[in-house]
Amino acid sequence: MNQGIVVEALHKSFAGARVPALNGVSFSARPGAVTGLVGPDGAGKTTLIRITAGLLAASSGSVSVLGLNPLRDVNEVRERIGYMPQKFGLYEDLSVQENLDLYGDLQGVPKTERPERLARLMSMTGLAPFLRRLAGQLSGGMKQKLGLACALIKSPDFLLLDEPTVGVDPVSRRELWRIVGDLVREQGIGVLVATAYLDEAERCDEVVVLDRGELLEHGAPADFAAQLHERVFELEPQRDSLPRSIQGEISGAEGVLDATVRSGRVRVVLAPATALPAAAGVAGVTVVAPRFEDAFMAHLAPRRERVRIGNAVGTRASAGAEVAVQVRDLCKRFGDFEAVHEISFDVRRGEIFGLLGPNGAGKSTTFRMLCGLSSISSGEATVAGRDLRRSGKRARARLGYMAQKFSLYGSLSVLENLRYFGTAYGLWGSRLRTRIDAALEEFDLASRRSTAAGELPGGYKQRLAMAAALLHEPEILFLDEPTSGVDPIARREFWRRINGVALAGTTVVVTTHFMEEAEYCDRMLIMSRGTELAIGTPADIRTLARSDERPDPSIEDAFIVLAQRQETAVA
Amino acid sequence: MSHRREVRGAALRRLLGFLRKEALQIRRDPSSIGLALVMPVVLILLFGYGVSLDAENIPVAVVLDHAGASSRDLYAHLEGSRYFAPVRAESFHQAEELMAAHAVDAIVRVGPNFESALAGQGHAPLQLVLRGVDSNRARLVSGYFDGVVGAWNAQRASRGESAALPAVSLQPRTWFNPSLRSTNFLVPGLVALVMTLTGTLLTALVVAREWERGTMEAILVTPLRAREFLIAKIVPYYVLGMGGMVLSVGLGVLLFDVPLQGSFLALFAMSSLFLLASLGMGLAISSAVRVQFVAAQISIISGFLPAFFLSGLLFDLDSTPIGIRIISHLVPARYFVSASHTLFLAGDVWPVLWPDALALFVMAVVWISIARRRTGTRLDT
Repeated sequence: MNQGIVVEALHKSFAGARVPALNGVSFSARPGAVTGLVGPDGAGKTTLIRITAGLLAASSGSVSVLGLNPLRDVNEVRERIGYMPQKFGLYEDLSVQENLDLYGDLQGVPKTERPERLARLMSMTGLAPFLRRLAGQLSGGMKQKLGLACALIKSPDFLLLDEPTVGVDPVSRRELWRIVGDLVREQGIGVLVATAYLDEAERCDEVVVLDRGELLEHGAPADFAAQLHERVFELEPQRDSLPRSIQGEISGAEGVLDATVRSGRVRVVLAPATALPAAAGVAGVTVVAPRFEDAFMAHLAPRRERVRIGNAVGTRASAGAEVAVQVRDLCKRFGDFEAVHEISFDVRRGEIFGLLGPNGAGKSTTFRMLCGLSSISSGEATVAGRDLRRSGKRARARLGYMAQKFSLYGSLSVLENLRYFGTAYGLWGSRLRTRIDAALEEFDLASRRSTAAGELPGGYKQRLAMAAALLHEPEILFLDEPTSGVDPIARREFWRRINGVALAGTTVVVTTHFMEEAEYCDRMLIMSRGTELAIGTPADIRTLARSDERPDPSIEDAFIVLAQRQETAVA
Repeated sequence: MSHRREVRGAALRRLLGFLRKEALQIRRDPSSIGLALVMPVVLILLFGYGVSLDAENIPVAVVLDHAGASSRDLYAHLEGSRYFAPVRAESFHQAEELMAAHAVDAIVRVGPNFESALAGQGHAPLQLVLRGVDSNRARLVSGYFDGVVGAWNAQRASRGESAALPAVSLQPRTWFNPSLRSTNFLVPGLVALVMTLTGTLLTALVVAREWERGTMEAILVTPLRAREFLIAKIVPYYVLGMGGMVLSVGLGVLLFDVPLQGSFLALFAMSSLFLLASLGMGLAISSAVRVQFVAAQISIISGFLPAFFLSGLLFDLDSTPIGIRIISHLVPARYFVSASHTLFLAGDVWPVLWPDALALFVMAVVWISIARRRTGTRLDT
């Protein structure tokens, strides 16, 4: 008998943490349905999944999985559930076949049933041609599918997936959801899946919305969205105005719960009974059907303190002809493996240029070459007028760099971090003091100036890292995955700041694996497997993917169309 | 009945599956083969050929204040000994300079009245100045010098010349290692070091690696039991460690003629106990720490270094301070080195071996139980 998962009044506190990871969460996930655990980073999704898998003990409250107690009946529960952790749980030095055999042995799949199960899983995941390849040499998307296949090797009664799609390319993400959907329909198993991608929440039968350990909402995603009936609008910008400038202006206005750029238009979510504030450069307004993301942001916004952001409204200060970054036929080889193959692009002064692609596309490698952190195998790269192959050091003094994971000194205070980075970039005396004071003001860090960087919440850390990278007023700012692991509110705020930096004349080059963030860039390069998939403005990219079935594609739709085109071209 | 067989079959399949995975990983990781099988060879060759605690051709400065026939004869004796390479110094002052420049390890001074005293009183004083910087070597030099002078005395006596022999003369005989070769002492001890490398250092990495790479989390949520996990972690490294032992013993016996007086079976049994204690310690460290870098550091400090310094492999533990001697009793290598010395140099002397075997057995049980306790079914155990 399959009773699904029942969670009641669940509390979980970790030693040393000020706030509980889970605070009185109750819900149930039924068999034959996909239940999504949705929430920003730090919401408690992983803790909840781990408690249901019997990996952690709850502080109080109860969990029942298939009618069993995951701690007391640990062996029985583990024979009946499938679990895929965030890192997929694969042995990278074992081949695809060896990984599958191992999990088959551990799950007790009889040898006689193996060939049939394996054939099914292979047709489902398309991994058949790669059985002999080492798992470590698979792409992110293939690893994810192998991880899923390992979790499914013995048809589980309930499948637990912990953020299975982070950083994976959109094509693979959609395939994973198709596989999961088929499993639920054909075999009636239950699925509990944690995700930070809001578009994935719409594919779930039910969603459980968590934030900071608390349950905000539980129900069908459509019902959740319906609460916002006639409160979501799309603003069409005038020909010569930038959607992100309108977004910046409207974000701070009273009653606006969320403002984003989607498909070249500004999407606005309003609080109940408020009028849409006026903004310059708007050509037309339409009321649109609310989506899950709108409802999610509307719930989250009141739970976050508002952060002051300097006035960055304005029109583009003529994106001049001056070229800040010039790249020609850039290649990077590691032995036989070509991580970057003949990439060419220009970035003009004051532009926001995005490098987009899933994990493993080669964007970080390209990025490191541009910052002078990695040698160039062949091709040319000029940054701020300096040839990186000849005078990389001198070019570096004129650029600011914000690394993935922010690279701050956790035990130093905000002020000490700023002083250190300022000195490292050659600032001193009164100039250093003035710049630090300005940065504390601009990035709203003054109230936390003596807090150790390691103890700052994620959004503050990101702001501090950005302030440190901008202290010496670089001509070009390089940002590597600045928004991964940051909650959606902080992500939106971050892009508004970037807009301000660019309007002030600084060139910005940024990488991201969130396709929708491309909307905030002036132009972008989409990469896949080390090569260029497309280059141009967000509108250009969307046009490439426009078809009769999909007249208004998103950047993610465009990526999928382009990736499939590349696939057929190679074949 | 059939249900029980089914359960047991599933357990066996899990164990074998996980064992095969471990074997594949070891085969694909050159560093584990290197540490387990290449390091022993390097260590044995290094200690066998390079590091020797014996000394030959020790340079000594000889100051002859009054060169007579007897003193020249003594000088010739020193020259003839394989232990010494004497150099004549013109004055004591010059000899001091040689000593200060570390050109010689000792000064022999034959005083101005050596000849007359020898002729007159039948015995005469000789001065030996030792370089005490390396105290071990100084003791060696002193012992060798006594030997040479003793032989010279004996020869003079046989020639009927005046050399007053003491009333009782000591005739030392050395048992177990009659040739007093340090290799015979070092190689059996090195086996302990070799097995500590595989036992503690290599295994300290294996569980921590599973945690670091996130595979532990996935493995925990399979029906694999903690005891099956531990057995699968112990067996391959036991095989590797015993391989290293056989390799180093073989090399010691074949290349350096180290005698193995006891039976191989007894050596195998003692090695197994020692290896299990080391493996248990490595696994306990690894499961407690969960980070490879830290686990490696802890295992070097608590496993490898004590096996080197507190096991009796290099230093005589009976002459160390009481505190260190007490600590040394917690080091498994101590018992194995003692047993190994017994087995190689004396034979299967069970009354001596039993206490060592018992101590190793207790340690193996304790460490493996700690590892078992640290290997739970949850992330927070």
